[in-house]
Amino acid sequence: MLAHFVDHFDYWAMIFLAMAGLFIVIARGNLIKKLVGLGIFQTSVYLLYVAPGKIVGGTAPIVAEGFRVYSNPLPHVLILTAIVVGVATLALGLALVVRIREAYDSIEEDEILRRDHAPEVTPSRGEGAGGKVVP
Amino acid sequence: MNLAAHLPALQVVLPLAAAPLAVLLRGRGAAFMLVTLAAWAAFAVSILLWLQVNASGPISYAIGSWAPPWGIEYRVDSLSALLLMLVCGIAAVVLPYARASIERELRQDVHYLFYAMFALCLAGLAGIAITGDAFNLFVFLEISSLSSYVLIALGRDRRALVAAYQYLIMGTIGATFIVVGVGLLYLKTGTLNLADMGVRLQEMTSHRPVLAALAFLTVGISLKLALFPLHQWLPNAYAYAPSAVSAFLAATATKVSVYALLRFYFSVFGETAVFKRLPMEDLMLILALAGMFVASAVAIFQHDLKRLFAYSSVAQIGYIVLGISFDSVTGLTATIAHLVNHAVTKGGLFLLLGAVMAGMGGVTLARVHGIGRVMPLTAFGIVLCGLGLIGVPGTAGFVSKWYLILAALEKGQWWLVFLIVASSLLAVAYVWRFVEAAYFHAPRADLATVREAPAGLAIPAWTLVGATIWFGLDTSVTVGSAARAAAMLLGGAP
Repeated sequence: MLAHFVDHFDYWAMIFLAMAGLFIVIARGNLIKKLVGLGIFQTSVYLLYVAPGKIVGGTAPIVAEGFRVYSNPLPHVLILTAIVVGVATLALGLALVVRIREAYDSIEEDEILRRDHAPEVTPSRGEGAGGKVVP
Repeated sequence: MNLAAHLPALQVVLPLAAAPLAVLLRGRGAAFMLVTLAAWAAFAVSILLWLQVNASGPISYAIGSWAPPWGIEYRVDSLSALLLMLVCGIAAVVLPYARASIERELRQDVHYLFYAMFALCLAGLAGIAITGDAFNLFVFLEISSLSSYVLIALGRDRRALVAAYQYLIMGTIGATFIVVGVGLLYLKTGTLNLADMGVRLQEMTSHRPVLAALAFLTVGISLKLALFPLHQWLPNAYAYAPSAVSAFLAATATKVSVYALLRFYFSVFGETAVFKRLPMEDLMLILALAGMFVASAVAIFQHDLKRLFAYSSVAQIGYIVLGISFDSVTGLTATIAHLVNHAVTKGGLFLLLGAVMAGMGGVTLARVHGIGRVMPLTAFGIVLCGLGLIGVPGTAGFVSKWYLILAALEKGQWWLVFLIVASSLLAVAYVWRFVEAAYFHAPRADLATVREAPAGLAIPAWTLVGATIWFGLDTSVTVGSAARAAAMLLGGAP
């Protein structure tokens, strides 16, 4: 049992990170904390790709004498792409939170929902971006 | 150099290149011209590809001349050709409408960014439909998702921001599930090419990582396609987005996700692995039925027309998934035909609602009282699309529901026929709420002088309403292509 755990240590780390991230996304009401959780969740997947790409004693894939065992570079390249996607998602998420803060004056989810349900007057954001909002 | 040989690359490159160019041009007129031309060119390319596939079978295109399975392959078969035509066609209709629509709904200095995001979204959706590479599919999915979050956040109402944020969280969780699924498949097979993966998986379909991959992909894609109960992001996103965006996303985004699901189920895992060894038929049947009834019932109690028809979209996704759950050629024909028919109907409906928004200043049921008198054409169009959602003979919705019923009878599940008809009655109820407000109430005093929608909004909207009627009468394009694609997915014939 313990040997099994140690052999697959990287997968256990991945599962732990993924669950921790997903839990934060679900359990926290703060919009920034949700994004932090989302970041951890996305990052855990990088581990799933990168860890099996490394072989102990493996070299870069060079076709020549003396190079027999090599590590597959493709997963790392894939994850480079996924990291870029993750950065873009996080940036966009943070930008949205800034705009939500401007429009609602709060970044707590329940507070925001309460403000939308309280008055029956249709809230409008003035002329679109960034305007001050009178509830 | 032969241009015709590079059509599959052009399909994605045209809108993808138009996006940064639109940002550089900055002028809203210039950005509009550029993106519209790119979308029309992409539509022309997709028609050419569709004709080519029908004449001579699937097209395989090696990006950068790296032969598959090492390089990224673009693969156009009868299913992806139909999807490409649908996505690019809807974009080609919505863009001229968007010019007149965002003039009223968005500040002028963000117009060029709107067009850039629209082009990116189109590139992403077309990319999902055309690519034959699993990781490439994820990247295109994220391109389309990130741009659609921005498009939704552009909405006038401040709730659009929260809707976009919620969609971002849900969409990213879905996309990450898809990456996990693709990663597990890659670890097992050592390939990312979908066709190659399908061949190599045949010997190991009962291995545990493969089953885990199937589960991750199912949940991830179901989030993106808003399968009940993973639909929570959809109603707000559609309700508060700018009208042109609601129409475009409602018509294409979830449909392309259905395509991704079909591709993974039937081309990668194979239908025996998914449906014969696992209880997926029952699972999808239950979720589809729950979506059809719960979402339709919720739609009846909405006060905002955009939200009402957004919930109706969740219900219609139920019909689409119901077709998949039959795991038969007739069922898949119904699924793929309903994909197209519902896209056209719902696209037209949301375009008309945008015209209502422009005329009456809002789309709550209380505000559209008497719209049958002040905007008779628009109201009539909405009723026609509503009939299409119900599935009245002579509209596109009838054709696909007919095939659904045929598929149910083929399986001997006559009780399902009653359920399909019963859920259509719920659709009658929510469409009736509009009819009652539009024709049996006097318009509000301050709105009695509202004029009919301008041509810039009316013509694109009526193009799609016309298509709804056309596909209800002439089914050679929709059902013909759908039947070919269904046979290809199940039988391996091209």
